[in-house]
Amino acid sequence: MTSRSDGQKVGQSGEVDAQARNAYPLLQIHDLQKHYPGVIALDQVSLDLKAGEVHILFGENGAGKSTLISMLAGAVQPDGGDIRFKGDPVQLNTVHEARALGISAVFQEFSLIPQLSVLENLLLGAEPRRAGFLDKRAANQQGRDILERLDFHLPLNTRVDKLTRAEQQMVEIAKAFRSDVSVLILDEPTASLTHHETTQLFQLVRRLKDDGVGIIYITHRMAEIKEIGDRITILRDGRYVDTVDAKSASEEKLVNLMTGRVVGQVFPQIDFEPGAEILNVDRLATTDAMVRGVSMSVKRGEIVGLAGLVGSGKSSFAQACFGARQIADGLISFKRQNVTGKTMGQMLRGGFLYLPANRHTDGLMLMRSARENMTLAALDTMPFSNGLTLDRKAEARAVDALAERLNLSPRRVERAVEHFSGGNQQKVMLARSLTRNFDLIAFDEPTVGVDVGTRAAIYEFIAQLCKSGVAILLISSDLPEILNMSHRALVFYRGRIQTELTGSDITEENVLAHFFEREAA
Amino acid sequence: MGELQMTAPTTRQSANLFKKLFVRIGILPVLLVAALIIFTLLSDNFLTSRNLTNVLRQSVYLMIVSLGQMLALLTGGFDLSVGTILAVTSVVGALAMSSLYVAMPDAVWLAILLGCLAGVAAGTLIGICNGIGVAIFNVSPFMMSLGMASVGFGAALYLTGGVPVYGMPQAFGDTFGFGTLFGIPAPIYVAAIIILVLYLFLNRTPYGRYFYAVGGNIKAAGLSGINTKLTLFWTYLLCGMLAAISGMLLTARLDTGEANIGASMPLESIAACVIAGVSLRGGVGRLENVVLGALFIGLVQNGMNLARIESYLQTVVLGALLILAVIADQVRLRFVASLSA
Repeated sequence: MTSRSDGQKVGQSGEVDAQARNAYPLLQIHDLQKHYPGVIALDQVSLDLKAGEVHILFGENGAGKSTLISMLAGAVQPDGGDIRFKGDPVQLNTVHEARALGISAVFQEFSLIPQLSVLENLLLGAEPRRAGFLDKRAANQQGRDILERLDFHLPLNTRVDKLTRAEQQMVEIAKAFRSDVSVLILDEPTASLTHHETTQLFQLVRRLKDDGVGIIYITHRMAEIKEIGDRITILRDGRYVDTVDAKSASEEKLVNLMTGRVVGQVFPQIDFEPGAEILNVDRLATTDAMVRGVSMSVKRGEIVGLAGLVGSGKSSFAQACFGARQIADGLISFKRQNVTGKTMGQMLRGGFLYLPANRHTDGLMLMRSARENMTLAALDTMPFSNGLTLDRKAEARAVDALAERLNLSPRRVERAVEHFSGGNQQKVMLARSLTRNFDLIAFDEPTVGVDVGTRAAIYEFIAQLCKSGVAILLISSDLPEILNMSHRALVFYRGRIQTELTGSDITEENVLAHFFEREAA
Repeated sequence: MGELQMTAPTTRQSANLFKKLFVRIGILPVLLVAALIIFTLLSDNFLTSRNLTNVLRQSVYLMIVSLGQMLALLTGGFDLSVGTILAVTSVVGALAMSSLYVAMPDAVWLAILLGCLAGVAAGTLIGICNGIGVAIFNVSPFMMSLGMASVGFGAALYLTGGVPVYGMPQAFGDTFGFGTLFGIPAPIYVAAIIILVLYLFLNRTPYGRYFYAVGGNIKAAGLSGINTKLTLFWTYLLCGMLAAISGMLLTARLDTGEANIGASMPLESIAACVIAGVSLRGGVGRLENVVLGALFIGLVQNGMNLARIESYLQTVVLGALLILAVIADQVRLRFVASLSA
């Protein structure tokens, strides 16, 4: 069976099964439960998914969204309740069984093999064979068919690790369409996509809707909910809270439902009282050509937003200033001293902290305790040590205070960081900015994969730092973050600053206009 | 995940209790108790204070090497050249000491001191080479230490022509090999001092914690201002130095410099660490457990000797124990995941 016939099948079923589809929702979940020792991950959750609907799952980190979709994908088995597919009760014991029914999930963690080509990844585990050998021609045909149907423009024979993260995401989605799909589960698919790629993804989602595919969609982003959502089901602490209509639900209402409390504005008010200049960069370029001639400066009490696409050089720039990238040319002065070419250790001890975007790969020692992760960057200073021996009591006191201030949950500082939720892991990493006196802190994507409640807390945290006179570089792909947090915004494109916007000029149109190269105009 | 609710039936609770206990204490206490029971049943001479002191003395050499190996494992690597370091140390130390003794027969203790220094320096040099390769040139610890193992072993054989080195002062072996103080063998004192110093270093100084940080996440460590290259360099230097000290002590015990000692050290030291719960992925491991892990291996070897199990079979048992420990570690990880999910 080639995927071209699959495509036709989806089209046909749109007409033929119309009646049957109206009789039963595509997917019905009733009283689904999941216990883990000592914890109830999911408690009697019910919802239904109609054909041609985008059903948003909304909730804080740890609310049970992941558990729920893992069950639907066949990766985790429920302890109670039942799942009905087109009216019939089904048992989803493995991912394969779910796939066979047409339920496919695209998780945040990619399941791609970096060293294999796009085509090899697409057909992995279901390679067409002839007489026991791989049938290359049929494989090529199938691969082309899948991509054609999704209207993805991907090179079939390129190794996956040579693709951008967005293209990898597209391969991951295409993999789900290897066979007939009637339920597609997307877990924060836009987390690593740029604006343009997100638009493309939404077009695909709309086309799938028209084909009668039911889509379960997890996102933290309000704009996306408004744009493509039909209904929203809110989960909190593993329990079902409510299902509301996406078009009429206000952001406030959703946040209330999600957190169970009234949350004020997400973005704090940040006054602008600039002090002395902390960082001054003159025509900086890196040897890897990710940064090509950037000049800028930051003052105390100022938040400078660095916007731009993934790979535009905004992160590389901050890393280069911090000493994490080799510098080819240019001059960096920090607190009026030339620090060009200094090591990360020297920069950190001088009062500059860079907090990386990917907390798992670059930020945290996952198997070590929250305590050790918080204090890692300051062990050579008071109160943590006298430079030679650690003062473990003082460390414990300081860490307790930090956990309290950041509202770490659960407040178990000796627990390994890997067992905390994403938002709390982020808090552990952010706590480093309070462990010594920093004059300049670069936050690289500080709220990626973090729920609204935690996000508000993080913004408040940054605002307080700024108020206390710290200079802040806020590197972000999240546009509202740049718009609402920065006093000044620099838009990066291909290693250069495209434009600098101040105050009321920082608008969505102005920033977006410089995301891409200006056409010859 | 808000509230904790214990609604599970009692059988599940007791299974959980077992899991939690296992997750907390690991495989080592189980193995230690099992070994004690089995060997006590197999031999009357096993559970005597004299035999247990003997086990302690015999374990000292492996214990010191294992402490070095632990440092390498903590930072996410390992050192396969520890056996060779023992051999090089033994040969160079013995050659230096015996020729110095011939040159100045009156200054016995000076010859011993300089000989020991020469031996330890030679062994540490191999560690330094490992450190340079791993830290600066980014060679994988596997290739670097495997290569150095060949280099060192060849050099040791070349220096001696394959024959043992005799002619060290009598006092050397009498003191560091067979000497006792208050009834306790001298090597045990050396080990005790090393354990104490290393324990304080690892747990009470920032630099000790940097070893855990480099193994825990080398990028995070770098971004936190830690000099990761220097830490890696020190790791292999210290590992080499500890193996060298062990080599000198073993030379004193054997009274000869030998190029063919220590062949089983890489396997046994890694086994001692893994059984003690040191993670092969780096970042996790406790010194006190490694001491117990080395003792456990000494205990098993001693018990098997007393039970007259053939030495060839003993090798089989050791390899099997190592694999068992790794499997237990994997099972433990799975329990950790299921308990905290």
